[in-house]
Amino acid sequence: MSAPAPTVVVLDYGSGNVRSAVRALERVGAQVELTADPDAVAAADGLVVPGVGAFAAVMTGLREVGAARMIERRLSGGRPVLGICVGQQVLFSAGVEHGERTEGLDQWPGVVERLDASVVPHMGWSTVTPPTDSVLFEGIADERFYFVHSYAARTAPDYARVTWATHGVEFVAAVENGALSATQFHPEKSGDAGAHLLRNWLATLR
Amino acid sequence: MSLALRVIPCLDVNAGRVVKGVNFENLRDAGDPVELAHRYDAEGADEVTFLDVSASTEGRATTLEIVARTAEEVFVPLTVGGGVRSTDDVDALLRAGADKVGINTAAIARPELIAEVAHRFGSQVLVLSVDARRTPDGVSTPSGYEVTTHGGRRGTGIDALDWVSRAQDAGVGEILLNSIDADGTTAGFDLEMLTDVRARVRVPLIASGGAGTAEHFVEAARTGADALLAASVFHYGTLTIGDVKDHLREAGFEVR
Repeated sequence: MSAPAPTVVVLDYGSGNVRSAVRALERVGAQVELTADPDAVAAADGLVVPGVGAFAAVMTGLREVGAARMIERRLSGGRPVLGICVGQQVLFSAGVEHGERTEGLDQWPGVVERLDASVVPHMGWSTVTPPTDSVLFEGIADERFYFVHSYAARTAPDYARVTWATHGVEFVAAVENGALSATQFHPEKSGDAGAHLLRNWLATLR
Repeated sequence: MSLALRVIPCLDVNAGRVVKGVNFENLRDAGDPVELAHRYDAEGADEVTFLDVSASTEGRATTLEIVARTAEEVFVPLTVGGGVRSTDDVDALLRAGADKVGINTAAIARPELIAEVAHRFGSQVLVLSVDARRTPDGVSTPSGYEVTTHGGRRGTGIDALDWVSRAQDAGVGEILLNSIDADGTTAGFDLEMLTDVRARVRVPLIASGGAGTAEHFVEAARTGADALLAASVFHYGTLTIGDVKDHLREAGFEVR
């Protein structure tokens, strides 16, 4: 007998293209629901927080559905949460865009700032440097992942497992911190490597 | 550098079907964009681009269905351009499952559209598609390059270098530069124009128009382009995505 499929909620708060995230999770065996219903968010085995566009706009959308409290509740019970792209950025203390500072969800210290590189946005497939004890990158440490962003965190807490990437400057490509994980790139758009990463994350769900 | 040079096949889609011949073996239906997107994904395409050439409203609605089906099955980024006129058009394509949207003529007619789209959805979704050529007799622009519309048939008198600079300031996330002079010649990309545009903009630059051999892609990469787009060489099987990437790798470029 195979175990029942893990359930995953993709948080629905008006973020751009979330269909790909839903489909990519289904492809690797999750039973996925797109919703912002607090009970469903609490009950799912895993929560995915997607995010594209501006930090401030994503925070506005998250506030409207009460996302901070939903995420806190899950984390207090050690229940997995995965942020993607701006969904990773908002887990830091704050974001600065066009000189304007927006408070983030403050799960991790650090400020998300504009990348300093000859070409911005950082758009395309880049290599990453995961720590040797990474769970998310197990079996795919040498693969490339698809990034689309102009901003990133440049520091991350020592106590977390941090994966780095470089575009002009070194930045945080992924964080694994107990139940809370996040990627700056889009696993749902990263072909087979991205599917492998999502499968690794699903394997951590109870 | 850890960022790979992107190789992107482009499909012209009319009312949900691929137009221009596509010549692959073992394809069930050479006209189905979803099947072709799959095929290119499997060959290692770093993104897939659809250019919607539908003339009718019904045709466009069908394209939305195709975008949705593609997004359900293909897990590399999908860009859709052609006939995008408003933020609502962009919204519909993103909701259907496009990751990026290409804007061309509508931005020339109403440049404010660029800022509107960037503000509402973020710069990262917005690809400015520019059909540019050297100015013909009787037309003059400071750079010698002119923006055209209607697939290169109509000049606008707008300086192409000035246009890409303004578009960058307004918030486009990427520029797709299609050379009308080189397009369809298979004689190589317009290296001079690519070099000139590269010097003007700091957003990613996609080279398009003129690819005929794998070496052409290497030449275009040397101008500093971030991505290389082609249609017919891939459709007719003259080159595979893999051939192009092998050649780029041998020339010292990073590819996926």
